[in-house]
This record gives sequence, C-alpha cells and structure tokens, in this order.
Amino acid sequence: MMKTQPTNLAAAPNNWREALAERFRQGNLGSLPVIIGLIIIALVFQSINKNFLTPLNLTNLMVQIAAMGTISTGVVLILLLGEVDLSAGQVSGLAAAVMAVLVSRHNLPAAVAIIGAIVVGALVGLLQGWWISTFRVPSFVVTLAGLLAWQGSRLRVLGDTGSINITNKFINDIANYKLPIWLGWVLGIVSVVVYTLIVFNEYRSRRAAELPTGSLNGVFWRVGVVGASVLAGVAMMSVNRNANAAGNPIQGVPSAVIIFLTFLIIFDFITQRTRFGRYVYAVGGNTEAARRAGINVNRIRITIFMLASALAACGGILAASRLNAANQSSGDGDVLLNAIAAAVIGGTSLFGGRGRIWSALLGALVIGAIANGMDLLALKSSIKFIVTGSVLLLAVTIDAASRARRENSGR
Amino acid sequence: MTATEAAMPVLQLRQISKRFGAVQALSNVDFEVYSNEVVALVGDNGAGKSTLIKTIAGAYKPDEGDYVFEGKVVSINSPRDATDLGVETVYQDLALCDNLDVVSNLYLGRENVRRSGLKSFDLLNETEMERRATEVLRDLSVKIPSVRVQIANLSGGQRQSVAVARSVMWNSKVVLLDEPTAALGVEQTRQVKDLIMRLRDRGLAVVVISHNVADVFEVSDRIIVMRLGRRVATFHTARSTNEQVIGAITGAMLPSNAYGEAE
Repeated sequence: MMKTQPTNLAAAPNNWREALAERFRQGNLGSLPVIIGLIIIALVFQSINKNFLTPLNLTNLMVQIAAMGTISTGVVLILLLGEVDLSAGQVSGLAAAVMAVLVSRHNLPAAVAIIGAIVVGALVGLLQGWWISTFRVPSFVVTLAGLLAWQGSRLRVLGDTGSINITNKFINDIANYKLPIWLGWVLGIVSVVVYTLIVFNEYRSRRAAELPTGSLNGVFWRVGVVGASVLAGVAMMSVNRNANAAGNPIQGVPSAVIIFLTFLIIFDFITQRTRFGRYVYAVGGNTEAARRAGINVNRIRITIFMLASALAACGGILAASRLNAANQSSGDGDVLLNAIAAAVIGGTSLFGGRGRIWSALLGALVIGAIANGMDLLALKSSIKFIVTGSVLLLAVTIDAASRARRENSGR
Repeated sequence: MTATEAAMPVLQLRQISKRFGAVQALSNVDFEVYSNEVVALVGDNGAGKSTLIKTIAGAYKPDEGDYVFEGKVVSINSPRDATDLGVETVYQDLALCDNLDVVSNLYLGRENVRRSGLKSFDLLNETEMERRATEVLRDLSVKIPSVRVQIANLSGGQRQSVAVARSVMWNSKVVLLDEPTAALGVEQTRQVKDLIMRLRDRGLAVVVISHNVADVFEVSDRIIVMRLGRRVATFHTARSTNEQVIGAITGAMLPSNAYGEAE
C-alpha cells in the first residue's frame, strides 16, 4: 500500500464544470440557484427601472431586509433541526412592545429595555422548546399556539392606546444610525483581512496535514470575490445618497446592516465550526443516530428554540427602531411568512439538516428585492404577493427535487 | 483445537437469563468470543439472537448471569459502559446522519476539538479529524469517493463500511454487527465480508448476526446456533456443513455434544 497517495479515494473532480455537474447529480446545489435568481431579479428590475441598481436604493434594500433577515436567521436554525417555528413573527412583535413600554412608559434606560426585550424572547423560546421536548408535541402545534398567545400578550402589553412611540434616541439609532465613513472602511477592511487569514491558514494546515486542497488559484478567487463584494458594499454605502446634492449628505453604512451581518457571521461560525453546530446538523439529519452518539438531543433543541426566539426579538427591536414605534401591527401580517420564506428561498431545506445561515441573507435579499423593485414600478401589493409566492414555490420545488436526486444517487 | 481456544475469551457471558413478562427470551445462555475470531450468531426469528446482542451491547441488563470481560466480571448498566470497555455495536439501521459527511459521522459524539472553555463551543479540529479518518479508511481498504462526501451519496455497502469503520476507530476490542449484509447486493456484500475478515486479522473479536447461512460460512470461524432462547449448538465452520447448521436452527437435527461436528 502506498503511503503518500490515498489510492482508495476516487479522483476528485478536477475542474469546476465537472464539480458542478457532480453536485447537481448528488442534489447538493446549496445556495447556487438563489444566487442565480438574485442576478436575474436585479437584471429584470434594472432593465425596467434605472433606479433599481443605485446606491440609494440598494442601501435602502439592505436596511429594509435587516429585521426580516434577523428573524429569518433564527428560522434557519429551527429548520436545520427539522422543526418549524410559527411564533417568530409574533415574538418579534412582543419584544418590540416590551421594549417600547419599558423605555417610553416606565422611562427605563435604553439598555435595560433592549435587554429586557431579548430576555422575553429567550424565555418564550425556552418555554416552547421545553414543551416540545418534554411533552413530544410537534413544534408546528406548540408554536402555532405561541403565535396566538404571543399576539395576545403583545396587545396586552401595548395596552389601550395600542401604539407606543419611541422617542429614545439610542433605540431609534439602532436601525437608523449611519456609521462615519472612516469606520465603515475600517470594519470592511478588517473583516476582509480576517477572512483572508482564516482561508489561507486553513489552506496551509491542510497542506501540512497532506490533505487534498483546492488549487491555490481557487483560494485566491474565493478571497478576491468575497473581499471585492465587501469593499464594493462599503464603497456604495459611503457615497452621498441624497438626491438633492445641496442638502445634508446621506452617507455611511447603516447600523442595521452592520447588526444583521454581525448576527450572520456569529451564527455561521457557531453552526459550521463548533461542536454545538455539528450536533444541530446531526439532530436535524438523524435524531436517533444523534441520540445514540451520546448527544443530548433535548438540550440542543431547547437551546436552538431559545436562540431563534432571541433572534426574533432582535428582529423586532430593529423593526421598532426603524419605525420609531411599536404598535398593533408590529410582527403581524407577513413578517413570519417572509422570515420562513426567506430561509427556504435562501436554500435551507424544510426537511432538516441542510442549509447555511447565509441563506437568511440570500432569501431576504430575494424577497426584499422583489418588494422593493415592485414598489419602484408602483405595482400593486397583490402582484407582489403573487410573485413572492411563486418564488417560494419554486425554491421549495428545487429543494424537493434535490432531495429526490440525493436519494437516488449512490444507491 | 485451535490456538485461540486455549487462550482466554476477550468477552464471555455465563449462564445469562432474560425474561420479558411471560416470555423467557434467554435461558442460561453461555457465550464467548476470542480475539482474532469471527463468531456468527444464527437462529430463526425469536431465537434470542437480538436479545443476546443487546445484552452484550449493554442495552439490556440480564436477570441472571455474569458479564465477563478479559477475565473479570464487570457490571454493565448502559450501552456507554459497554463502549467504554471497547465493545461496539453496529445496528442494522447503521445510525449514520445522511446529511453529514463521512468524517463528521466517524467522529460524531467524539469530535476532535480545540478547547474553548465552554464545552458546546469547542472548535472542531477538522484537519486532524479528516487526516485520521482518511488513515483509518485506508487501513481498512474502505473505498469511497472522498471522506468529505455526504453519507446520502454513498452506496449501501459503503455506508455499512463507514458504520463499521466508526465502530473500530476507538480501540475497540469486540465489534457486534447486526445483519451487516441484509440489504446489500452481491458486490457490496463482498466488500463488507472482506472488511469483516480484515477486522479479524487486526486482532478484533467480531460477532456477526445473520440469517444467511451461506454468508456465515464464508466469513466465520465458529457458528453459534440459538433456538427458543437457548444456545443449542456450536460449530467450527471449517469442519461443518450447511445441512448441519440448518438442522440445528430448525431443530430437526440437534447435535448431542457441545461442538456439533463429528470428532
């Protein structure tokens, strides 16, 4: 037996076209369909209305999707487990109401109101996760009950007036503050440098361990594309977006965007690189196998429900901050459905165990871009709903078809 | 007598009985397996094979009898106790996560990590896990496209091989395989049988449960026949015939001495 060459391993696909065909055959396309979809959406809207791909509109789009995307990040976690959370929208509304009441009615400091709202969210998740694990009630039912109960709780917290304005500057700045231009660049450059170091360090340690690595060219491409996207984003948001050149300049990266991206990075790291993340995928893939491997399934499930509801609360805080108020419709309507649709459109499987945190961003971009583009075209919301629904159906169909291919491959 | 039988069995059960309500699943069963040996456990449905395997695996606690490991009587109260001793079980459903790759499955529940202070958030040491996984699979000559391929994309034989590889990665001494070739085609059955013989050559004690007497004759050194909760016959594979074993399974032809062959 040769020592250096892993002779028992079949040759890895040696160019990107073969690799792509292989992934298609195996049903592992991941986020590729949604990225293609986003490009098509952008081209279509831009060809109809020249205002779509402008710094002002794209920055607005990112701010518009920050709250939905944050809630959707939690939904991705739940879907990875193979569960569902129908209460996420109402939990976001409840958290917004709690924060608004604490800061506006009880005159508590902003930090206390924010932490209070997140704690309420986490406790809701703890209760729901515990109930699901202890009584073996499907998460669909427990969170459906939650959808109703937390809606009632929100109305109760808001009280008779039904709407609470937020005048606290700190809270209103959460979503509406714009970073100084220099700070945007510093954050952008630091994150690109850190990403580059991580990627090259990984390449180096795999080389040292004599494991197969992609070509060094591929590594450069990866770093190049990610780095260029981040820096292009910062550059775009640093341009003065005010149409009236004589007026006060509107420029800098909005804080809502930074907050959303930070959540994405943190939870992508947790799910991809930690023991806990590995166990989340294991439970979502085969609960019984996970249990037999010694994984405490209930603990994983309860923790995920807590994290997801806390993220929903953060999404609610972002939405309330953007609106400067919490009211009767906070977290109502299509908030939940958009958050779930975003996760699924972004490439997270409804069947559990497959998907990445980044699908929250990609899916939210698709939904946000459709809504935003249709607003630019002054189309009625009836059309917006129909188009969004069709895209969702398409995404789920791709997921189901991938699953079928997966089950047929290899056998 | 072969050399192994003069030695001490690595695992031995003495006079094991197990009852479920009115059903006597096992009655005074003795069992032994030596290092460097493949023992096949055969019997009709309801003969007590599964109960015996689950007792060895630690999933059942016997009502009576001793569990002796490397000459010492031990107390086994859970599957964890058995795996801590080095007794690993590969059940028929394999217990693999389809959505995870081969490396993740081999290490599931025993990840190689860099400590972070908080156990849940220990960082996975992927490079080390992948290196070791590649090594183990190469040693066992398990053929898969890549250690980073998802289980979903492997064939039945490859999955079985991965499940077996996982069970021997952790210095195990005894491996129990429950119907390892039940759902496999001819070529894949071949792969798994080869793997079983390589485990034996590496010094492991291998216990195989099987319905297929023909398969049993190809891989095993000894055949233990269960019938109605009792051990009714034992054969040296090399000195026995299909008819003798089938006769013992059905009860049509029970040998009178402990070892069934005419000696």
